[in-house]
Amino acid sequence: MKNWLKILAVFLLFYVHIGGLLMDVPRLNILNETIRALYFHVPMWFGMVTLFLISVIFSVKYLLNPSVESDRKAVEFANVGLVFGILGMLTGMLWANYAWGSFWHGDPKQNGAAVALLVYLAYFILRGSVENEEQRARLSAVYNIFAFAAMIPLIFIIPRLTSSLHPGSGGNPGFNMYDLDNRMRMVFYPAVIGWILMGIWVTTLRVRMRAIEDKIHDIEDEKTH
Amino acid sequence: MKKLISSLLGLVLMALSLTANAQSDVPMADGLRSEGKIYVVVAIILIVLAGLVVYLFLMDRKVKKLEDLLSEKKPSTK
Repeated sequence: MKNWLKILAVFLLFYVHIGGLLMDVPRLNILNETIRALYFHVPMWFGMVTLFLISVIFSVKYLLNPSVESDRKAVEFANVGLVFGILGMLTGMLWANYAWGSFWHGDPKQNGAAVALLVYLAYFILRGSVENEEQRARLSAVYNIFAFAAMIPLIFIIPRLTSSLHPGSGGNPGFNMYDLDNRMRMVFYPAVIGWILMGIWVTTLRVRMRAIEDKIHDIEDEKTH
Repeated sequence: MKKLISSLLGLVLMALSLTANAQSDVPMADGLRSEGKIYVVVAIILIVLAGLVVYLFLMDRKVKKLEDLLSEKKPSTK
């Protein structure tokens, strides 16, 4: 990852944390100041979906042209994506407790996101249960495509077909009114870009660490032969 | 000139009182903001963020060092 992108990520996040707390937001009942959570909760999900998308691209790349590098990148992007997803879930639960009245509301979007996270957890269980490296890489690449294909309807389609407390769902005008608020967009979009860049940065670090690990194993193998 | 200033001032005051009226509808943390204590919160969050970012940069450098170390070591073992 280019250095200027890292600096851009840091700059954007600093701006988001200042602007997110100090800039004007719409004054709405029930939400009150908690509307600011939008700047921190929603970018987690944008980050997760972006990282999962990059992950599935590397999985497809692996199946087309198997290489250790594609496999490494596919795993690590999914790994960091899952961290973003868990953070999104926790922040969402905390917010739900104050906006909706309970941590777990059985809301379609909340349930869908939980199932999506479990589908991705299974990806790591699958990886952990196959000994042979090539088999593991190929099987998990195929599974990753399935996981991504399952996540999209679970998060983006099913919740929109039913009514839900979560904004952006069917029968609920929801966030449209503040989504369209330009004051919030000024902070929200930089937050999304900043967190996505941050996620990619952490992922590249993990990919490099994994590459170092693999190299050390190679050197050890050569020594024993 | 004086008239202009006073009329401008009047406009500003009117705008202020209008926003003040709008603010009273929905309870928000206006007190925290007017006291300036919100800046304490912002500063604390920024310290944590800055610390994490610096740590991430240091980790990046550490990984780079390890990579260099390995690329030096690799040819000698072959």
